[in-house]
Amino acid sequence: MKRSNAPIFWALFGAGGMLSALIGPMLVFITGIAVPLGWLLPRDLLSYPNAMAMTQHWFGKAFLFIVIALFFWHSAHRIFHTLHDIGIHAGTTEKLVCYGAATIGTVAAARALWMIGF
Amino acid sequence: MSARRPYMRPMAGWWRKNPFFIEYMIHEATALFVALYALILLVSVMRLADGPVAWNQWVAFLTSPLAVLTHVLVLVAFLYHTWTWFNIMPRTLPPIMVGGKRVSAAIITRVGLASAAAACIGVLVIAIGLAK
Amino acid sequence: MTAAVNIIRTIKIDVLRYIPEEEEQPFHQTYEVPFTEDMSVLQGLQYIKDELDGSLSYRWSCRMAICGSCGMMIDGIPKLACKTFLRDYFPAGVSIEALHHFPIERDLIIGMEDFITKLESIKPYIITDQPRALADGEYLQTPAELQVFEQYSSCINCLLCYAACPQYGLNSKFIGPGAMALLHRYNLDSRDAGSAQRMPLVHAEEGVFNCTAVGYCSEVCPKKVDPANAVNINKTESAKDYFLRFVPFISRKGEKK
Repeated sequence: MKRSNAPIFWALFGAGGMLSALIGPMLVFITGIAVPLGWLLPRDLLSYPNAMAMTQHWFGKAFLFIVIALFFWHSAHRIFHTLHDIGIHAGTTEKLVCYGAATIGTVAAARALWMIGF
Repeated sequence: MSARRPYMRPMAGWWRKNPFFIEYMIHEATALFVALYALILLVSVMRLADGPVAWNQWVAFLTSPLAVLTHVLVLVAFLYHTWTWFNIMPRTLPPIMVGGKRVSAAIITRVGLASAAAACIGVLVIAIGLAK
Repeated sequence: MTAAVNIIRTIKIDVLRYIPEEEEQPFHQTYEVPFTEDMSVLQGLQYIKDELDGSLSYRWSCRMAICGSCGMMIDGIPKLACKTFLRDYFPAGVSIEALHHFPIERDLIIGMEDFITKLESIKPYIITDQPRALADGEYLQTPAELQVFEQYSSCINCLLCYAACPQYGLNSKFIGPGAMALLHRYNLDSRDAGSAQRMPLVHAEEGVFNCTAVGYCSEVCPKKVDPANAVNINKTESAKDYFLRFVPFISRKGEKK
């Protein structure tokens, strides 16, 4: 019987699912609602100098990379399986599209975070 | 000569026929919103890497009503993801024994949700700290 | 004198019939069945067969929810007919169909060869690492050791979980919930040393990673086996083995310690 390589994607799905379940709601609230509206947090938290300071710091960089990458890998795995659930055969093409997109997202995030510098 | 002629029923539309499956599809669909938010964060760091003009344009967009409204929908999806994630979690764990008895699924879920609440508050505290 | 009036009510039972030698397709047939408060759906079917239509075919045996024979879709939900009561479907009526995700052989009878093959493949028996002689005496097992696997040993092979599982419906190569519950039962049994022989089925492409944690299998299980738990615990076991298998000196499940 051919061994499945699913554990790789399942482990990433699980890590991303746990991370998004634990802190996702607050991240969305802060970056998408609170700061833009100036609720609880000042609008200038996302000014260019502040954003640069946070992302140039090694912790900020690592945090953002992990969040972006794991959220992509979590959703890619789930979307891939949901396509199968609604009758779109989960073949090699679908795998490449889903996990390929997650790979591109991960690489693009790494590149942008690198270019932001230290 | 056998008279057997087994009949296979089609699977099409299977999930629409049972409320349990409809809910399953809804919680699976939260992945679309997780992907969307990851994309928003990705675009954010890319715009940040492009310099202050690109960044400020992006922040201006993020403060628009459309963007904020989208994030409200994304937030609802994330909250539902958190809720369903910890409701499903007990099914994925081996028995956890405390004092010779198995910890119930309800307790595992409650601990998970409490952890999420605590983690979210922690993130907010850090953000407030950064704002100072 | 007032006579106690026993009102016999009737309920409409709609059955998805299939007669392979006569019809190309399954078709619906409705029966009006008189019923009392205590009658099960199975007894309703028996009334139909005895009094209305002798050609109606269905499996049954113990009529007390232990043999696993009378599983069928009752109003679209997999249930044991002997454990489901007509009174709960009155006055709307009830529709009955063969268990989902299996081929219909005739009426409410499904072809279960696929499950039997899977059951055989998981080696549903105690595998010892040393052969045991009679002189070795009985196995000793503590209540705590029994508790570890007892829930999974309650499986009556009724196949409601397979009818519930959309992943099995979409891909019948998937080993499925029931076989996994039994595989897990033997792996957890302190008398058994056969995990290593069973795990390849878990790790395979047809194995546990086809499961997407729908959880409906455990919802419908009449014996509270919780097959979803058996499947998902083994995802973690399989992933651990996948990542650690090339690391030397790590004790792996089923290997001689």
